[in-house]
Amino acid sequence: MTLLFVAIGAALGAPARYLTDRAIQRLHSGHFPFGTLTVNVAGSLVLGLVAGGTTTTTGVYALVGTGFCGALTTYSTFGYETVRLLEQDAPRRALANAVVSIAAGLGAAAAGVAIGAALWQ
Amino acid sequence: MRFTEPEPGLPTDSDIDLEIPSQRTETHWPVIGAISAGGVLGALARYGISQAWPTPTGGFPWATFVINVTGSLLIGALMVVVTDIFTRQRLLRPFLGVGVLGGYTTFSTYAVEIRNLIAAGAPGMAAFYLVTTLAAACVAVFVGMTAARAVTWLVTA
Repeated sequence: MTLLFVAIGAALGAPARYLTDRAIQRLHSGHFPFGTLTVNVAGSLVLGLVAGGTTTTTGVYALVGTGFCGALTTYSTFGYETVRLLEQDAPRRALANAVVSIAAGLGAAAAGVAIGAALWQ
Repeated sequence: MRFTEPEPGLPTDSDIDLEIPSQRTETHWPVIGAISAGGVLGALARYGISQAWPTPTGGFPWATFVINVTGSLLIGALMVVVTDIFTRQRLLRPFLGVGVLGGYTTFSTYAVEIRNLIAAGAPGMAAFYLVTTLAAACVAVFVGMTAARAVTWLVTA
């Protein structure tokens, strides 16, 4: 049953990343990867909420946390974009992408855990 | 040394390519389907590895580290391969890159694990995990791209 929850969450999360990324990148003309930054921070907030509100063994965690948030967020695209910015002679943008992604993602995760614990425990 | 030069044709974002006008607005259901199916496979692989390799409280999250670094190695290689060799397979990048590797790797688990390490009173481990994942993932992308460029160069030379 857990495998099914993970699969359903991921079946929705991966296309949600693609469509959100595309919608956000359409709003500006530069090369900075705001789309991936947005899904990674949003997914960290939601996973924090789930982690704060329930344990890792529940169906909700498998569906929303492991499945949806895991597939919504991505480290491969984040790493690839950071390296491509470095290759395009934009080291400050590469550094900004890494620092802002991690700082905002960590802040969102911590806020999510606190809110999740307050709401559901 | 052609294979060590930056690939001007490679996009900055491996998930979408807005240089291609049709990708900007149109919804291609085969593309969405390939992303969704790939995402399921990637997420199940990630779940399997994390179940087989649990992280003790305060310990280094090896499962997520290995998942994110191997996924980064593969996206680096894949992006060169789909840009230079398999240029006509329209669903290859959505399925393998956006779907499988996007679903396999995770930023949210990484962020929550760092938060949990700090909360567990292991800020040093949290900082070490934060930095080593970032550095190893970036090196892995570069190694994957360089290896794939070398193979491309050998194949097309």
